[in-house]
Amino acid sequence: MLDRLYRIFTSLRLTVGLLTCVFILVFWGTLAQVHLGLYRAQHEFFRSWFIYWRPGDVGVRLPIFPGGYLLGVLLLVNLFAAHWRYYRPGGRKVGVALIHLGVVLLLVGQLLTDLLATESLIHLREGETKNYSEASRRYELAIVDQSAADTDTVVAISGRRLLRGGDITHPALPFMVRVREFYANSSLVERELPGHIAVPATNGMGVGLWWRELPHVTETDQRDMPSGVIELVTETGSVGTYLVSAFFARPQSVVYQGCRYELALRPERYYKPFSIQLLEFRHDRYPGTDIPKNFSSRVRLRRPDTGEDREVLIYMNNPLRYDGEAFYQASYDKDDRGTVLQVVRNPSWLTPYVACLIVGVGLVVQFLMHLMDFLRKRRVS
Amino acid sequence: MKTFLFRVMPWLWLALFGAEIVVVLLPSPEKEFHTAAFGRLPVLMKGRVQPFDSVARNSLLQIRSTGDVPLEMVPSWQFWRHPRKLKSTEWLLEVLFRPEVADTRPVFLIHHPELISELRLGETRWEKSGLRYYSWTELQPALTTIAEQGQQANQTPGAQRTAYQRQVLKLANAMSLYQQLKNSLQPEGTQDFAGLVAEFQAALPAGLAAAHALQAGKEFDTESLRKLAGLVQQFESLARLALPLAVPPPEGAPPDAWTNVGMSLLSSLRDGMIHPSVSYYAQMATTFGRGDEAGFNAAVAAYGDWLKTRFAREVAKGRAEYYFNQVKFFLHATIIYLVAFALAAGALLTVDWSAGVSDSLRRSAFYLIGLAFAVHTIGLVYRMALEGRPPATNLYATAVFIGWGACAFGLVLERISRLGLGSAVAGLAGFITLLIAHNLALGGDTMEMLRAVLDTNFWLATHVITITLGYSAAFVAGGLAIAYILLGVFTPLLVLSAGQTTLGRALASMVYAVICFAMLFSVVGTVLGGIWADQSWGRFWGWDPKENGALLIVLWYAIILHARRAGLVRERGLMMLAIGGNIVTAFSWFGVNMLGIGLHSYGFMDAAFKWLMLFGASQLFVIALGLVPRTWWRSSCEAGV
Repeated sequence: MLDRLYRIFTSLRLTVGLLTCVFILVFWGTLAQVHLGLYRAQHEFFRSWFIYWRPGDVGVRLPIFPGGYLLGVLLLVNLFAAHWRYYRPGGRKVGVALIHLGVVLLLVGQLLTDLLATESLIHLREGETKNYSEASRRYELAIVDQSAADTDTVVAISGRRLLRGGDITHPALPFMVRVREFYANSSLVERELPGHIAVPATNGMGVGLWWRELPHVTETDQRDMPSGVIELVTETGSVGTYLVSAFFARPQSVVYQGCRYELALRPERYYKPFSIQLLEFRHDRYPGTDIPKNFSSRVRLRRPDTGEDREVLIYMNNPLRYDGEAFYQASYDKDDRGTVLQVVRNPSWLTPYVACLIVGVGLVVQFLMHLMDFLRKRRVS
Repeated sequence: MKTFLFRVMPWLWLALFGAEIVVVLLPSPEKEFHTAAFGRLPVLMKGRVQPFDSVARNSLLQIRSTGDVPLEMVPSWQFWRHPRKLKSTEWLLEVLFRPEVADTRPVFLIHHPELISELRLGETRWEKSGLRYYSWTELQPALTTIAEQGQQANQTPGAQRTAYQRQVLKLANAMSLYQQLKNSLQPEGTQDFAGLVAEFQAALPAGLAAAHALQAGKEFDTESLRKLAGLVQQFESLARLALPLAVPPPEGAPPDAWTNVGMSLLSSLRDGMIHPSVSYYAQMATTFGRGDEAGFNAAVAAYGDWLKTRFAREVAKGRAEYYFNQVKFFLHATIIYLVAFALAAGALLTVDWSAGVSDSLRRSAFYLIGLAFAVHTIGLVYRMALEGRPPATNLYATAVFIGWGACAFGLVLERISRLGLGSAVAGLAGFITLLIAHNLALGGDTMEMLRAVLDTNFWLATHVITITLGYSAAFVAGGLAIAYILLGVFTPLLVLSAGQTTLGRALASMVYAVICFAMLFSVVGTVLGGIWADQSWGRFWGWDPKENGALLIVLWYAIILHARRAGLVRERGLMMLAIGGNIVTAFSWFGVNMLGIGLHSYGFMDAAFKWLMLFGASQLFVIALGLVPRTWWRSSCEAGV
């Protein structure tokens, strides 16, 4: 039995089968992007163990095809096993072995990137300074205690926790947050429209509004707008029921026992030990056309703990790499007075470079060997 | 005698086509109007300096889908008759300076029957193979309908437009382009633009003085002011509509501060001076309108001289690009590739009938491929020099480059194997890719400026080149595999001995070698692309459709190599998989652009979809043919596998 397993996992036939599956997966996933959008297709096809089929509205899902993670792991196992079985050091297969080693590193590196990398955005108007970046799709409920004179205390509850519902307590909060309802994507209107119901809020900005739940958006350039109704509860009773929503541009305040709190459902924030100020954004066009020639952001980077203070120009194909993060020119405001920088923290960003180097060396070795053989043969004939 | 003929024939072919190329390279004499001299003059349009001839050619391609305007209709089958035609620059001169004549030229292409009946257009004299051409005058009654329908179509998102909407939008755009061209160097319908400009110049001092007096609240001369205002009004529409920025920057201004004639005239209100180049254009307008050849030629020559001392680089660019437009390197390469393919195919088919004929044909094909490759290379390098860029910058350029790469592979294979197969594949690949390029060029300017993210010669020169060479190798392998199956099923040639082995075996080892190259280039290119993406977007891999397309090619060739190694496929299976590689590569090259999503989707087009499907179907058909049992093959397998 073990012997059979060993033979299966070391076989080249398995490799061909797996590669064929990957081929089908990539093709299918690419076509699926037309309907699902880039982001969701990526999650359902490539960052998953299985691709599921949901027949009708029954609510069950059936795994019908291996997903990217499963195929990646199987390929890795197969690769190691086959080399264990067939590879003898010093032989003529050095090149091939190197190529495969590089491929292993690429796969592992991508897996690590998937697990460890975080992407966020900084939106800056000209002159504005920020010391945090924001997640592009994840939201958090921030409860800011503003009672202290010089510092704010922030308690942030992630969107995923809010979706689960129930009661949430935190030592820094004098009240409990009870999630009455939470929609991952929603529509909010000021008058009764078909499909909308009245928001069950008793206090704050949500009173008198109408809402409804919406399905997830799939287009790459749109995002979910979550909303939720929460009740702040103490042992003595309710402080009030509030609507929190990504639609609200400003936080709403709650006063409890003489302390002011601010409630805001906002994109998740990543604070940094330095700040970035946008000095100037440029959107150059070719003369007489609307074809963009270059986008660039001149920013000022300041770090209080080291006293660093310098100007940096971020433009297409030239990101700023700083403190383990890379800042890319990603988008801009319509009036050309504001910029959006994409911030990527990827601890394993170097692995693809190393992997490529190894693959490259392997390919060259292999190619040279073949060339020598060929030339020798020609000389003989 | 016979052997002498066989030996000479390849050289005769080479001499014939070589002579044609030499004739094309020689400058052609000017006619009465020095249109060529005008066509060379530099202007700025679409963000780059180009000659008037390129403006004319690209506009005409967008409007009529041809590079010139035939003046009589000749049925397609009478291919030996060359109809009289207006060259692109000649047409542009009419549009600019004699719009009343240009309006009668049949330049607007409409081939959607529904659109023709919707616009209530009658029969036209100008019909060729189902394509109908209408003149501006004929379209005049339908003008508002076209504008309204075009507007509607424009508001519909690109992917949801019906064929009718796409056609009407294309027509509306063509008409607005034409309208703008008519108002590019003088207000449409002006009889004597030089006189008008002179009048303006004369009216300027008094008119400006009156305007200053008015601002200062002093007494002013109403008559002078009114006169100036009347003239300015005429120039305002010119400033708004004029398309090419034809007036070079004034002294001291930055080098890309070109303006159009209207704006330049309006700016004269500030300093009271008229830009010399506006005066020259006005001279050309008046003299051309009057049919005064000597006057026009003198004005063009004088302007050329004036430019030469001040804008030497721009003048040189204009001349060089004009020459490039005239010579049409790629068109000539296309023709030679086709002839070479026919000769190579002839060589293969006559191989067991007469070795002498076959060898002579084979060498003829090889020489012609060499010539075509040389012409192709010169065209490619010329384009690179004009653009200041590596060879593959847009879909059009990749088509030209894939053909070039495939031809290079084919030449090397032919040099090694001397079977005629390399030449056949090189000829076919060169012909088809250049044909595709020709059709892609119908979209307009093929040397357009690059969008910000692509504006990096380093990555264009590394990632794009390797990926594209990977495509070339893939198509060469696929082409050889098709030859294998067609020759095997329909001829007994595969079992013919070629050196120590059979033709089939030789083919198989060629295909395997080229597949290895395809794999090599695809892997390196894809990886380089990942690094570029990491540099500019912050992720090595983002499952973007174009990235997936490249990955599909890599995976496909990985499957082939592993399947061969595992003994799952042998000679015939390898061939069928290689043909499958054609489909995968075509999908990656064209198909993903049609999905219209992701960061890479800068070239969406729909007409090509039909052709892509046809190509896929044809490849599947050949694969199916390969599945026919070996005993039914004419090269049945006493010696093969």
